[in-house]
Amino acid sequence: MNPTSIREITILPGRSRGGEPERFRAITIRPGDTISIVGPTGSGKSALINDIEVFARNDTATGRTILVNGDYPPEEFVRDPAHKPVALITQNTQCLADLSVEEFLAMHIRSRKIEDEGIIGQTIDLANEFTGEAIRPGTRMTALSGGQTRSLLVADAVMIAAAPILLLDEVENAGIFKERVIEVLRAGGKAVIFVTHDPLVSLLSARRIVMRDGAVEQIIEPNGREDAALREARRLDGILHRMREEIRAGNLITGSAGA
Amino acid sequence: MRLVIIAGPPSAGKTAVVRQTVRALQDRHRTAYLKIDVVRAFEDEELAAEFGIPARKICSGDLCPDHAGVMVMRDAITWAEEESADLLLIESAGLCLRCSPYTTQGLGIAVLSAVSGTNTPLKMAAMLALADMAVVTRIDLVSQAEKEVFRERIREVNPDLEIVETNALQGTGMRYLLRAIEDCPDITDPDAIVLRGAPPLGVCTICIGKTDIGWQHHFGVIRKLEGADHLYRGD
Repeated sequence: MNPTSIREITILPGRSRGGEPERFRAITIRPGDTISIVGPTGSGKSALINDIEVFARNDTATGRTILVNGDYPPEEFVRDPAHKPVALITQNTQCLADLSVEEFLAMHIRSRKIEDEGIIGQTIDLANEFTGEAIRPGTRMTALSGGQTRSLLVADAVMIAAAPILLLDEVENAGIFKERVIEVLRAGGKAVIFVTHDPLVSLLSARRIVMRDGAVEQIIEPNGREDAALREARRLDGILHRMREEIRAGNLITGSAGA
Repeated sequence: MRLVIIAGPPSAGKTAVVRQTVRALQDRHRTAYLKIDVVRAFEDEELAAEFGIPARKICSGDLCPDHAGVMVMRDAITWAEEESADLLLIESAGLCLRCSPYTTQGLGIAVLSAVSGTNTPLKMAAMLALADMAVVTRIDLVSQAEKEVFRERIREVNPDLEIVETNALQGTGMRYLLRAIEDCPDITDPDAIVLRGAPPLGVCTICIGKTDIGWQHHFGVIRKLEGADHLYRGD
């Protein structure tokens, strides 16, 4: 089995923090799916994506099990990063590798046994589509801003890790162009799972998993019923985006930012 | 009885790995635990209180803790056997990254933290080169790309090392470590156990091969003729 032959990933229920069994039978994720995981802070959102990331086998605090194509995944999926079909972009917006961007990507490419050196430049170019502050090949990884780090790690997950399933933990927090990220990931046929507090990211996802007390409480599939809300969220996001740029540029906002 | 030696830099998460191991194996194995440290250690009391296992510590004081560990290891095996343990976990002090306290007839585990810097595996080369397994902790704090780059660095030092990535506080990823421990063969002859490599345990300039005579040329354990009553006391 290689990572490209992933038809589906299945989440089997575990327990809430209070020990109650979760009330869903199974959650199935297929390529191209967009899912957001929402719920109050501490409700177990990150624990859920961590379960997916480590292919839990009733051996994490939640007791969940993750299957690939209906079965336990082969060991190399879990242990060998070059075969791992899942890439997690954590909430951390600081990269600790004491290397330049170029060296970091080169080392990652080497670990993946990719020959094409051009991919370094392509990855940086893609990252620069996600952030307003240009990333240069010679910049130290530790000197990147939160938004730059996130952008680079997302671009890396797409171009180098080439994982069919991406887990993004609060991608909105880092000041990156989230709609552009979602667009690129969708166009690439990735399954994307967002842990998010952001209304726009939630509404852009086809499915919504609602967490409470460490457990999955609800799975919502709006099927177009939220289109009006999505339009509204886009409009508001546009307003906030323009205001943010004005404020960053040192301007006074006196007129209406609406429309 | 199986012998497992756990080494790694300070604060890498060695004790967290031990705790998860003892917890996961407590229904199937009786574990004994020895902590080697320098000045103070509390891990033995904590583990004994939490899991009711036989646990003890030695503090090496002025001596190199890995040297102290080598000295007491044979006794520790006898002690653990007397305690009817079928698994002895020995945790090093984790001071110097060059020492490699692993032995034959046992499993050697190096613990290192994913957030400790890209060059850490290179600095720990001696330890990684002689270990059977590297356990990378705090894996929840780094992204996929960083994990892979860190892995690549470990592989540069020892391409055959088995790597386990874990969030040792939560216990994720431990299943492969537990399997390696359970698959580790029992000690066959405790008196035949030897260190896998000569660790740089030299504690003075003469130990490391400096041949000049006279205390003026040395540092470490030095004595002048006057007052040299106890050059060395083994007991």
